Amino acid sequence: MIVAHLSHQELMHRLARPGLRLRTGPVVNRIQSRLAKVVHGVELHYADCTIEDSEGFADFHVRVAPPRSPRRWIAPQVQFQFDGAGPFLPLPASQAFAMLEWGLNWCVSSHCHQYLIVHAASVERSGFALLLPGHPGSGKSTLCAGLVSRGWRLLSDELTLLDLATGHVVPLPRPVSLKNASIDVIRRFSPGMEVGPPVHDTVKGSVAHMRPPTDSVRRATEAARPRWIVLPRYEAGAAASLTPLSRARAFMHLADHAFNYDVHGRQGFELLAQVIDSSDCFEFHYGALEHAVAVFDDIARRA
Amino acid sequence: MHPVVHALRDPAAVVSSSLPQWDALVRQARRTNLLPCVALALDERGLLPQVPPAPRVHLEAARTLARAQADAVRREVAYIDRALAASGIPIVLLKGAAYLIAGLRAARGRVFSDIDILVPRGALASVEAALMLRGWATGKTTAYDQRYYRRWMHELPPLRHISRQTWLDVHHAILPITARLKPDSAKLLAASLPVAGEPRLRVLAPVDMVLHSATHLFCNEDVGNSLRDLVDLDSLLREFASEEDFWPRLTVRARELDLTRPLYYALRYAVRILGTPIPAPVLHEAEIGRPPPLLRGLMDALFLQTLQPDRTTDRLASLARGSLYVRAHWLRMPPLLLAQHLTIKALRREEQKAG
Repeated sequence: MIVAHLSHQELMHRLARPGLRLRTGPVVNRIQSRLAKVVHGVELHYADCTIEDSEGFADFHVRVAPPRSPRRWIAPQVQFQFDGAGPFLPLPASQAFAMLEWGLNWCVSSHCHQYLIVHAASVERSGFALLLPGHPGSGKSTLCAGLVSRGWRLLSDELTLLDLATGHVVPLPRPVSLKNASIDVIRRFSPGMEVGPPVHDTVKGSVAHMRPPTDSVRRATEAARPRWIVLPRYEAGAAASLTPLSRARAFMHLADHAFNYDVHGRQGFELLAQVIDSSDCFEFHYGALEHAVAVFDDIARRA
Repeated sequence: MHPVVHALRDPAAVVSSSLPQWDALVRQARRTNLLPCVALALDERGLLPQVPPAPRVHLEAARTLARAQADAVRREVAYIDRALAASGIPIVLLKGAAYLIAGLRAARGRVFSDIDILVPRGALASVEAALMLRGWATGKTTAYDQRYYRRWMHELPPLRHISRQTWLDVHHAILPITARLKPDSAKLLAASLPVAGEPRLRVLAPVDMVLHSATHLFCNEDVGNSLRDLVDLDSLLREFASEEDFWPRLTVRARELDLTRPLYYALRYAVRILGTPIPAPVLHEAEIGRPPPLLRGLMDALFLQTLQPDRTTDRLASLARGSLYVRAHWLRMPPLLLAQHLTIKALRREEQKAG
């Protein structure tokens, strides 16, 4: 069964009490919340995701709920709870769904050491993965959303999971997080994609999420071999330009963006070396998504 | 029985658990910082392959993380050793780092949060200066924090290395200056032992290591790690049991160090919860630290509740944790000082919220 098969009422009840066992890629999350923002967010963004059996195993048990404090009457807040503890400070109630997203990212990045986890977006074409590691503000999520709306398959927006045995990217197709100006950029560029309501004044400015395409969610068990490593940089008005990057620099960049590179020691080093060896590495400047997508369609055709 | 305790006491029995049972075990083990311990208990008996794949990835991930942490602690100890080499001050490693460097089983699968060392009180200033020269800086910055640690505590304010972001606690005693029990640090330092292959590093003598672990468990306000601390203690007791002289020395030493009460509780709960094998005469001798019956009844209720956090969200368990937090502070400071300290902490929390 998938989330879309539940009525709004059923989804609400399930999230309220036993919790919704939601599969995202290799991970099963048991999510509990009574907050309308969370119910709506899950309904919109996770519509195609499988609901797992309640008698099974959940990797992470999370809850988004108001903290117990007198503040709830003045300025309502929400807290992300993991296994009964709150690893983060509460946020304003309007950010409930964004908080769920950040919390679920944290669950994966701090526990799933069966993977080498890189802070990168990744997309796939003809079985090959394009990795976009980048600092916040580099335009990686915008580029990722743009590519995904034009036929690339979404592997992951935030956390690229590299299988330690094969070096392949294991998909974690979850909502793509869009910030500030890129929210409208994607609405204009990809009118067919569903973008949720933006929330304002978060630590990252205004944030909205784009629902992952149905096809990406359905193919979440199909891993992809890394083929291109691209460091994106958005610059207003810049022409799209792809510049080759040395393997050494690409390696250091990936290692820098890995959450658990230190955890894997020598194995992590060798895995990244293998990923770099099988990939073409570039720096990419762009100012318009239209041109950016054309550039990547072109390198995918030549692969 | 608590699922984690069950898994540690009888790993073979948990292999056939149902998926919901695995679910509960992994969550509880994670919450008590014992997931790597459970993973290694299964791994050592060759049972990991029999665990269903969904929980197994978490056990394997925890094992990977524990190995990486052990390597990181070894490296960090080497840095500390180098930083203090010129000072000529012997460094006595405490707790996790000591277990690891001394090659004790208690280090296996242990989750580390910081490194603790013990130095003579008179050497504190030169140790701090030498560490600052190599990049350690105090993380606590307010004047009150500085005064709190330096006047009343048994350690410097926690030091953090500016580039590696690692934490180091430099102790001059194992209990605060203001605490009611007053174990003499000079005796601990004098009895400390060298570590093979490490010319400057030392660890506490086995009996002292056990007594420190017991003290930490039953006088510390950090009750979230109580089960982990009890597992440490169990592991130390099982390992040292084969050493000649260990058991007779233990109770004698507890008297010398004014730690008969923590030892009594430690042995009591190790036997009750983890089934630690302790010779009857030792338990009998440890009775000198026994509290009055009413207090013992209360402590049993509190500790058995927090050490068996089956339902940690329960109000009762949270009340027990709260009571132990207050108790730990009560043991650390005289009442007036305690009232003052808790008031300042509460006011500061409000300030932080407002800010």
